[in-house]
Amino acid sequence: MASTFKPTDEAQVLDAVAWAISAEAPLEVLGRASKRGLGRPFQADHTLDLSGLSGINFYEPEELVLSAKPATPRAEIEAVLAERGQMLAFEPMDTGPLFGLPADQGSIGGTFACNLSGPRRIKMGAARDHLLGFNAVSGRGEAFKSGGRVVKNVTGYDLSKLMTGSFGTLAAVTELTFKVLPAPEKTYTVLLLGLDDGAATRAMAAAMNSVHEVAGAAHLPAGISGRSSVPYVANAGGAITALRLEGFGPSVEQRCRELKDELAGFGAIEELHSRNSVKFWAEVRDAVYLAEPADRLIWRLSVPPSAGQGVVAALAMGRDVEVFYDWSGGLIWLSLPPSDDAEHIAVRAVVAPSGGHATLVRAPANIRAAVPVFQPQPAPLAALSARVKDSFDPRRVLNPGRMVAGI
Amino acid sequence: MLMPKPDSSIIARRAEIIERLRQIVPGEGVIAEQDEMRVYESDGLSAYRQMPMIVVLPEKTEQVAEILAYCHGEGIKVVPRGAGTSLSGGALPLADAVLLGLGKFNRVLDVDFKNRAVVTQPGVTNLGITHAVQHDGFYYAPDPSSQIACSIGGNIAENSGGVHCLKYGLTTNNVLGIEFVTIEGEVMRIGGKHLDSEGYDLLGLMTGSEGLLGVVTEVTVRILKKPSTARALLVGFASSEEAGACVAQVIGAGIIPGGMEMMDNPAINAAEDFVGTGYPRDAAALLIVELDGPEVEVNHLIGRVREVAEANGATSLRVSENEAERDAFWAGRKSAFPAVGRITPDYMCMDGTIPRKMLPEILRRISALSEKHEMRVANVFHAGDGNLHPLILFDANQPGQLETAETFGGDILKACVELGGVLTGEHGVGIEKRDLMGEMFTEVDLNQQQRVKCAFDPKGLLNPGKVFPQLHRCAELGRMHIHKGQMPFPDIPRF
Repeated sequence: MASTFKPTDEAQVLDAVAWAISAEAPLEVLGRASKRGLGRPFQADHTLDLSGLSGINFYEPEELVLSAKPATPRAEIEAVLAERGQMLAFEPMDTGPLFGLPADQGSIGGTFACNLSGPRRIKMGAARDHLLGFNAVSGRGEAFKSGGRVVKNVTGYDLSKLMTGSFGTLAAVTELTFKVLPAPEKTYTVLLLGLDDGAATRAMAAAMNSVHEVAGAAHLPAGISGRSSVPYVANAGGAITALRLEGFGPSVEQRCRELKDELAGFGAIEELHSRNSVKFWAEVRDAVYLAEPADRLIWRLSVPPSAGQGVVAALAMGRDVEVFYDWSGGLIWLSLPPSDDAEHIAVRAVVAPSGGHATLVRAPANIRAAVPVFQPQPAPLAALSARVKDSFDPRRVLNPGRMVAGI
Repeated sequence: MLMPKPDSSIIARRAEIIERLRQIVPGEGVIAEQDEMRVYESDGLSAYRQMPMIVVLPEKTEQVAEILAYCHGEGIKVVPRGAGTSLSGGALPLADAVLLGLGKFNRVLDVDFKNRAVVTQPGVTNLGITHAVQHDGFYYAPDPSSQIACSIGGNIAENSGGVHCLKYGLTTNNVLGIEFVTIEGEVMRIGGKHLDSEGYDLLGLMTGSEGLLGVVTEVTVRILKKPSTARALLVGFASSEEAGACVAQVIGAGIIPGGMEMMDNPAINAAEDFVGTGYPRDAAALLIVELDGPEVEVNHLIGRVREVAEANGATSLRVSENEAERDAFWAGRKSAFPAVGRITPDYMCMDGTIPRKMLPEILRRISALSEKHEMRVANVFHAGDGNLHPLILFDANQPGQLETAETFGGDILKACVELGGVLTGEHGVGIEKRDLMGEMFTEVDLNQQQRVKCAFDPKGLLNPGKVFPQLHRCAELGRMHIHKGQMPFPDIPRF
């Protein structure tokens, strides 16, 4: 009989995992279940639904720290932070739009479990850089903790890094404590118009290598920019390359002027002010441009920034691709027409020489079951990762197969 | 400090092991003479000394792999060592272990401005990376105070911090990739010039693992453009409460300074005696707040910090008007350790972290402990991130004083944990804080960490005796108690 267990405290999570171990019955671990379409699908008769573990434990703005239970809605946390002029600096993606689901349904636990980071990743780090500590129940049925509530901490292994991005395969988290940061007073975006991918890559590198503290560098080729809801972008009539400047008012204004001067050689330049900037970067963050048509397959490629345009050029040969760039050219959002194998061999062959990796983000479940969703690892590294899994979950009761078959 | 009992059967085979290591690393890469090994007998925690069995200094990853595979096969312990500047004894040798030094891995391999990355061998110093890129206005941000000597490989082992990590992050936030060798001799590569390695974040796990999980043989780091402007404020307060409130309110105002340092009165006076740059001798607490970034932003924020400081009762306040003045503000802070060294035969540097708001409370407790143990203390803090460096003053030649200083230090760290903080902010656990781990972690917590170690090093050969107060065999740690037939969670809501 399939069961859903909905614990309301850590002791009940412990009971549920202990039972799963004794019954040799794997559990699907869920927060708010908004990202089930992300990662590898797998079969589990039983569900460990953590949605009963919700709420903020403490928030201390002057300490730049917030602690919450895993199923606390991310949107709730972001709203509470906004009231005090703070934010999750890693700018977590809302996967809703890309998956054709309502926006703002995700949990904070799921955000960290998937290590979702947005355009500000290049300046402020990933989700993994912000988790300070956690409490969890391992697949051994033991409650344990790691880290703490302070940023400066090297006491013991940094298991927070390991937990972030592990898709619930190591432990069921019952509490997370993370770093928050001041939100910018002002956000401007410098827009370069009409650049091809090569020029855009050079322009983004020049901006990132300037003293102007660029906190977002994205490029929408012609054909993508028209899908923006920001009129300046949509009506640009061609490619746009966007560079975000944020911070204190006088600083943003001056940096914007200086950056525009420095990039004048690249051609026509416009700027977006705060309201349009916020809207624009949320679109980039959530990859909304590729949401439709809903049957196309979406990949997310992480490569060295200078390699991005070459990867895209190779992928575009003889293929109907739709693409845009984030992370100064190092993050490629790629949309391909429906196929049986998501062209995974070809995609990964193109990415391989750069040293980067490719994740199949959106595809029907049968394809995600058959094709490696995450970049396959060399055998020794894969074996080490499997041993790490064993060290937390030797009986493979927590989300087994969610990332890699059998793990 | 109890270290694992040396295995006499390994020591008995020393000559044979030397011979085999010489086959792997020909020439002068194997050091076996007692006199020549002497330099390796301790690291930056010089109160502890132990001669290694043999020192080996490979030059290539393949040699590291071969050495480790051999040691693993023969059950020989290995202690990795970078520049040997650890303040927690992370590189303390063992009598029955091969000391594996990475000092010959001293080349910067690739400077890549287009991708803002540097690929380097692990023996390159922290400052050496900056030297390789500063001609184009770049730098490597984490700046431990030993940066002139400490190696980037050691920085990864310890997840080193520094004054600027408040704004720019620790080592872990600035490393993009590594190549490392497992104790079994497997060469692994994680990350690179791209972001966010796939699968489990073994890069994040390796960073700060104190040489217990693998030996790093190549490193890729992020470099940053040097900020165009930096200015500092030097602010005196009549009480540490006011200084602490100022720190909290600066951050509460949305300002993340490049650095925010605090010194107490004994530290102020020791520094002033030493370098004499005009610190206010009568202040109970002194803050150095450095703002860096675009000039217009720095000047704007100087004004805001000044307002906060004045509102919190600053008794003196200076703003640097040029680089010479800024350097002078820092000179006292940067020389605080040697300055304190002049007024005492010995000192012990502690390294706890507390939530910022607990600054006044921890100072009260340290002061009470100072009276209890009848031992003086000077306090230097990375106030912005609550990382404390109390310096305990003692005389190791007086019987019992070293022990008292260690007890005093332990009491300070216990107080840090009680106040919501941690045992070590940036120096590492090593052997120094090893036996205090139980103050912060339960046995279950520590066993889980050791199981992770087992995934990398099932025989426990890599740097044993560090970090964990009790060593367990992996087989023992792997056992599970399964409660068959237990009534499945009667209390849990089921649907």
